[in-house]
Amino acid sequence: MSAASHDAHHAHDDHEHGEGGAHGTLKDYVIGFVLAVILTAIPFWLVMADVLPSHQMTAVAVMGLAAIQVIVHMIYFLHMNSRSEGGWTMLALVFTLIVVVITLAGSLWVMHNLDTHMMAPMPHEMREVP
Amino acid sequence: MAHAQTLTEADDTRFYTTEEHHPENGTLLGFWIYLMSDCLIFAVLFACYAVLGRNYAAGPSGADLFDLPIVAVNTALLLFSSITYGFAMISAQAKKVKPTLAWLAVTGLLGLGFLSLELYEFNHLIHEGAGPQRSAFLSSFFVLVGTHGLHVTFGTIWLVTLMVQVAKRGLGVEMKRRLMCLSMFWHFLDVIWIGVFSFVYLLGVLK
Repeated sequence: MSAASHDAHHAHDDHEHGEGGAHGTLKDYVIGFVLAVILTAIPFWLVMADVLPSHQMTAVAVMGLAAIQVIVHMIYFLHMNSRSEGGWTMLALVFTLIVVVITLAGSLWVMHNLDTHMMAPMPHEMREVP
Repeated sequence: MAHAQTLTEADDTRFYTTEEHHPENGTLLGFWIYLMSDCLIFAVLFACYAVLGRNYAAGPSGADLFDLPIVAVNTALLLFSSITYGFAMISAQAKKVKPTLAWLAVTGLLGLGFLSLELYEFNHLIHEGAGPQRSAFLSSFFVLVGTHGLHVTFGTIWLVTLMVQVAKRGLGVEMKRRLMCLSMFWHFLDVIWIGVFSFVYLLGVLK
């Protein structure tokens, strides 16, 4: 009885791995890699060749491309989709993203506010401090 | 017989639905949740760098220190190691031991290349007097990039361990599960590196 159930379990495992919902194909990896190379090369080129007129625009472009590249990696390398593990991986990811956004935005907001109220010396003033 | 009877009795006392959906593979979901918690560690370090990254204490700034060609090579090494690990996974799916080991070895070498370049960079910075104790900017820089480097180090050790196991035991179900976990870990480190090279290096050089 026990051996039979063990065998059944084993077969089930094999089946799972054969089916491979979470495994990528060669095509997936190659598409992901090509997209990642393009999305890496553009920001390096933007910064190193100083293409855009203002630094602000370059910064926005670099962060935007980074966000797109993270999504590309998630889809093509980590094989994320809303169905894997019955949606639990996606749920964990969404929860993490919410906490990450609160942490980043909250820290920046609070610390910026604190800086303004403390009237911290500006960087150019700091350089003149003995 | 007695065993069967206990089972039926146990069935009668169940008060949850047996049809409830279980995640198909608990290990992978658990490992994913570990990665998400690791993601929070990096989020906190990124937040730290975002707050302190401009506090130079009259010392050198990112524009003075960072060498973009080195960072570009590092990025390329990590990206190539991601796709070679993908090839190792495809070979493992096809139950081919030799190609799996070869691709894992290539991945490991690329990881080692990344680590040695990073150590060279850190060593160079410290010898220039731009060590972690120089300013808040450099402290947060070393902690963030160092933590990522430490992850790559442990990933490489894990990779060598798995190579030995694959060579000894072949590609069974549990070995594929282990390779899958390391695959997630390795690709996850590449995702974190996207944040590092964009936010720390490229934006650091910009201003």
